[in-house]
Amino acid sequence: MTETPVIEMKGIGKRFPGVVALHDVGFACQRGEVHALVGENGAGKSTLIKILSGVYQPDDGDVLVEGKPVRFRHPVDALAAGISVIYQEFSLLPERTVTQNIFLGREITRNWMLDDAAMRVETQRVLDMFGAGSRIDPDALVSELDVASQQMVEIAKALSLNARVLVMDEPTAALNESECRELFEIVDKLRDHGTAVIYITHRMREVTRLADRVTVLKDGEVAARFASVPEPSAIVHAMVGRDIADFYAPFATPDEIGATVLSVQGGGNSALRNIDFELKAGEILGFAGIQGAGRVALAMAMFGARPFDTGTMTLAGETVHFTHPRQAIRAGIGLLPGDRKGEGLTLMQSVRDNGMLTPRAFGSLVGSHKKNGFIDLAGMDALLDRMEVKAASYEQDIKFLSGGNQQKAIVARWLALKPKVLIFIEPTRGIDVNAKAGIYHLMRDLARAGAGIIMISSDLPEVIGAADRILVMREGTIVAAHTAGASETAIMLDATGEQEVAA
Amino acid sequence: MTDHTLSSAHPKQTRRLPQINPVYFILAALIVAIILNNPNFVEPTGYMNFLKRAAPLAILAAGQVYVIVSGGFDLSVGSLITLVVVGSSMLSNNDPNATWWVIAAMLGIGLVVGLVNGMVVCFLKVPSLIATLGMMITLNGFAFMWSGGAPRGYLPDSFRYFGRFNIRDVPLIQMLPVAVIVMLVVGFALYWLMHRTNLGRMIHAIGDNPRAAQLAGVPVNRVRILAFVVSSLSAVITGILLGGFAGVSTDVGTGYELQAITAAVLGGAQLLGGRGSVPAAIAGALTLTAIFTLLNFLGLPQPVRQVVQGLILIAAVALAMYRRKRTGQ
Amino acid sequence: MSDATVGQVKPAPVRFRFDRWAPALLLLAAVTIYVVACLATGQTQYLNWNNLLAVLGRSIALGITAIGQTFVILVASIDLSVASLISAVTVVASVIMNGNPAMIVPAIGAALVMGGLVGLINGLIVTRLDVNPLIATLGMSLVIQGCLSAFVSNFAGAVPPEFQFFAYGNLLGFPFAILFFFALALLAFFALRFTRFGSNVYAVGGNQDAARFAGISTEKVIIAAHVICSLCATVAGLYLASRLRSGAPWIGANGVYDLESIAVVVIGGTVLAGGRGGIWGTVAGVMIFSLIDSIFNVLGVDAFVKQVLRGIIIVAAVAFYAVRTKRIVA
Repeated sequence: MTETPVIEMKGIGKRFPGVVALHDVGFACQRGEVHALVGENGAGKSTLIKILSGVYQPDDGDVLVEGKPVRFRHPVDALAAGISVIYQEFSLLPERTVTQNIFLGREITRNWMLDDAAMRVETQRVLDMFGAGSRIDPDALVSELDVASQQMVEIAKALSLNARVLVMDEPTAALNESECRELFEIVDKLRDHGTAVIYITHRMREVTRLADRVTVLKDGEVAARFASVPEPSAIVHAMVGRDIADFYAPFATPDEIGATVLSVQGGGNSALRNIDFELKAGEILGFAGIQGAGRVALAMAMFGARPFDTGTMTLAGETVHFTHPRQAIRAGIGLLPGDRKGEGLTLMQSVRDNGMLTPRAFGSLVGSHKKNGFIDLAGMDALLDRMEVKAASYEQDIKFLSGGNQQKAIVARWLALKPKVLIFIEPTRGIDVNAKAGIYHLMRDLARAGAGIIMISSDLPEVIGAADRILVMREGTIVAAHTAGASETAIMLDATGEQEVAA
Repeated sequence: MTDHTLSSAHPKQTRRLPQINPVYFILAALIVAIILNNPNFVEPTGYMNFLKRAAPLAILAAGQVYVIVSGGFDLSVGSLITLVVVGSSMLSNNDPNATWWVIAAMLGIGLVVGLVNGMVVCFLKVPSLIATLGMMITLNGFAFMWSGGAPRGYLPDSFRYFGRFNIRDVPLIQMLPVAVIVMLVVGFALYWLMHRTNLGRMIHAIGDNPRAAQLAGVPVNRVRILAFVVSSLSAVITGILLGGFAGVSTDVGTGYELQAITAAVLGGAQLLGGRGSVPAAIAGALTLTAIFTLLNFLGLPQPVRQVVQGLILIAAVALAMYRRKRTGQ
Repeated sequence: MSDATVGQVKPAPVRFRFDRWAPALLLLAAVTIYVVACLATGQTQYLNWNNLLAVLGRSIALGITAIGQTFVILVASIDLSVASLISAVTVVASVIMNGNPAMIVPAIGAALVMGGLVGLINGLIVTRLDVNPLIATLGMSLVIQGCLSAFVSNFAGAVPPEFQFFAYGNLLGFPFAILFFFALALLAFFALRFTRFGSNVYAVGGNQDAARFAGISTEKVIIAAHVICSLCATVAGLYLASRLRSGAPWIGANGVYDLESIAVVVIGGTVLAGGRGGIWGTVAGVMIFSLIDSIFNVLGVDAFVKQVLRGIIIVAAVAFYAVRTKRIVA
C-alpha cells in the first residue's frame, strides 16, 4: 500500500464565520478502491467534499493529486483533474434532455455546431454501461424522469467524464432496494475499472457491502480510520462518540399516553391511499420509509397544504377537513417543515420575528406586532430562553444561528398556539450531533405536556431511538407498524418491500 | 451546506448598536451642500418649499416599499397618478363643492386598482412586473379615454388646496404647506402599519420566504393584496398632491414609478423582498429631490437629472450588494 | 415550434407539453379572431397576402428587439435599456449619415459599437457588481436617455435614400425588412439550438450553480446575452432610422420597446425566471401583438380603448401560462 494515492488531502482546515468546520483532516484514496467517508450530519463531510471539488478553498492544508499538490479555485479545476462529484442535491437541469445534461458545459461540436448524434451515441453507451440504457431515453427531459433515473443520469455524467476520482454523496438516499443493488454493482465495476470511489453514507450496510477502507469524521475532525471494514458498532461508536442511551429521551410510559387526539381513516389523494392510523396525546409517532413513500405527502395532507380527497380525519373527536394550512393551524395542528431554509425560516428576519410569525398570523392584521391574543414579545423571549436558544440577541437575524437553534425558534412559533398535534419533518436534518439530543428531548417534553407528536425522518436510527411507535410507509400507504426500539432490519424490510436485505 | 454550523459557535457579542441607514447621512450631506449653495435654504420658505416639492414622491415611495418588501414591484403607480389627476378634473368639472366626493371616488379607484393588481398576482400567478405593467398600460389608456386625449378644465382651488396651499403665520416656522402635513400624516400612518403591526411583519415574511410564511399560517394572498392596495392608495394621494401644483395633463405621472422605486432602493429596501423601511424610503425620496434641487442650483440642465438618477440607482444597489457580501450575507 | 421536436433521429415518446405549444395556440387564436373579425365586418379585402405582409411589417422593430430580449430573459436577466438605446441609435446613425450615402457603413459601425458597449456595461454591472438586472438596465436607460436629450430634442440628421432600403426595399418580391427579421430569427434559433453557446444560455438560466459546477463561465454567458440583446436593439434602431428617414430621440420611449419586448417574449412562452423558452415562441408573440393591433383596426376600435385592451391582453396572455403554477408568485 505504498502506491501514491490518486487523491490525498493533508491537514485540511476550514473556518466559516464563527465556526470551525474542519480541523486537520487527512484523507487519501487509492486507485481501484472504495473509501467510505462516514459521519453524522454536520460532521464536516460535505465541507470536505466541497474543498475536494473546488467549491471551497481550504484555509489550511494541501490537496494532492497523484502526489502533486494542486489548488482548485473552481469546480472546473477539479473536473479537469479527473474528480467528479455527484451531489445530494442534483445539479441537473430539469428542462433539458438527458443528453444535454450529460454533456453540459462540454458539448461535442463539429464545425461550430453541436453534434447531437455523437452525443446521443455516447450517452447511450454510458447508460448501457450500467444497464440503465433501456430505462432512460437519452432524449427524455430530465423533469420527466423519476428520482432514481435522475440519479443514474448524474452517475452517467460522471462516467462519461472518465473520472479518476468519483465522489458519491449519499447516493442511495432516493433509491429503492433493487435500484440500490444496481448501484452497488456499478460501484463494483468502477472499482474494477481502477476508479477511486469516495462513498459518503451513514448506512452501515452499504459500508459493509462496498467499502475497502473507512474514515469517520466527527465534529470536523477525523475520529477514526479503518484500513479494513470493521464491525458496524465500531464505526457507530466513532461517529457518535457516546452511548446511545443518553442521546435519546426516554420513551413514554403507559400512563403518559392519553386519548386519541388525531385519527385518519381511509385517507387518500393523488399521492396517498388507504391511510389509517391513530395518534394519541403524549406519544411520539414515527413515520419511516424511503424517499417518495408518501410520508411528507401525508403530513401535507393532514396540514391542509395538499388535502386529502378521500377518507375522514378526526381531530380531538371532531371530524375535520382542511383545505388550507390556516384551517389546520386554527384547529390545533402545527408543522415543522423538513427543508428548514426553503420552507421554515424567514432568513432576513430576526429570531424573535421568526418565533412570532405564527402568533402574528392569527392576530388582528392591524394589531400591535408586540402582542396578540397568544403571546407577547416578553413571552416569546421567555419561551426562547426556556428552550435555550443560543443567539447574541433575539433581535439578530436568524440566518446567523446554527441549525439547532433555528429549529428551536420554529418550534417556538407553534408553542404559543398550544397545538394538539405537532408534525416534525426531518427535525434534525443538518443539525449537529449535540443539538440533536436537545431536539429529541424537546419533542419528548412537548409530548409529556400533552401534545401528540408525529415525527417523519429518513434517519432510521433516530426514528427508532425517539419514537414510541413507528409506522412504515411504502408507495403512498402505511404498510407496517412497529413498537419502540424495533430493529432497523425489520423496518427496512417493510420500507423497501423486499423479502431479504443483504445485511 | 448546513455542515458548517456545527460547534454551535456561540455568536460573539456582535455590536448591537442600532445601525444607522446610510441614506440619512447622504441626505444630511446633500442638505449641507444645498445650504452652502443657497443660504436661503435655512429659512422656513426654503426648506418648507423643498419638503413640499418632495412630499408627493415621499408618499409614493412609502407605498412602493410595501410592494417591494412583499417581493414584487408596482409599476402602475405612475399611470394611476395620471388617471387621478385627469379623472379629478373631469369629475369635479370646475365645481369647488365636488372636491370631497371626487377624492373619495379617486380613493375608490385606487382601492380597485390595488385589489386587481394583487389578485392578478396571487390568483392568476402573473409576476407583478408584468401584472402592474399591464395595469400601467391599461390605466394610461383609461386616462386618455376619459379625457378624450386632451384633458380639459382645471382643478378647482378646493382640490388644489392639498398640493398648493401654505398655512401662513405658523409660529416658529412661519409657513406650513398642507402637502407637508399630508406627508407627515400619511408617512406616519404607513410607518406604523409597516413597522408596528402584524400586517407589516407579515409583509416582511412573505417577501422573505413566501412558502415558509404560508406553512407558518400567514394568509399570504391577503397580505400581498393589501400591500398592493397600500401602494395604489399612496399613488392616489400623490396624485391629489400633484394635481395641486402641476397642471392637468396626461403625463403628470410619467416616470414616477421609477422614481419611487429609486427612492425605496436608496432607502435600502431590498428588491425581491424581505427588507425595507418606510422612513428610509421617505428619506430616499428626500435625497432624490435634494439631488435634483442641487443640480438645479448648479445650473445643470434637466437631462443631467436623468443621468444622475440612473447612476445613483445603480450605485445604491451595487453598494448594498457590496456591503451585504462583506458582512457575510 | 418546440425545439425538442427538431432534427431528432429518435423522437422521445410524444407527449403533449402544453407550455411548448401554448404560443402556437395563442397565435392560432389570434389568427382565427382576425379572420372572423374581417369576415364579420365584411372587410375581406384584409384577407390577402399583401395585408399579411403589412401586418407583419408593422412589428419589425419590436420583433428584432424581442429576439435580443429573449437571450437575456433566457439567462434569467432582463433588459430595460433597449428603448433608450433604440432612440440613441436612430439619432447617432442618422446624424453620422447626414444624408451622405458614403457614411452609411461608418454610421452602422458606430451604432453597433455603441450598442455593444451598452450591452457590455449592462452585463458587467449585473455580473460583477451583482446589481439586480432590472435596476442595472433601468439605470442605464436613464443615463442613455439623459445623455441623448442633452444633445437633441427633435428630429436629427438625415438618412440617405440608399439606407431607406432597409425599411422600404423589396427583395425577391418580399419586403426586405421582413426577410431580414426572419433571417435574424433563424440565426438566433440556430445559435440557441445548435451551438454550445446556446446550450450554455439555457444552462445558466436553468440553474446557475449547476452551470458553474459544469465548468461554464456563467458571467461570460450573461454578459454575452446582454451584448446580443443590445446589438439587436441597435439593429432595431437602425431599422427605425431607415423608416423615419431621420433620428428621433423619443422613438424608443414612444414605442415602449422595453416593456413590450419583454411582454412579447413572455407571451411567447419564455419564462422570466430563465432557462425555458425559445425564439419561435417570441416570433409567435410578435405576430400575436401585430395581429391584435390589426384586429383592433379591422373592428375600428378607438385608439384609447385599444391601449386599455392591450394592457389587459398582455396580462391575460401571461396568465394563460402562469395560472397553473403551484409556486407562490410575487
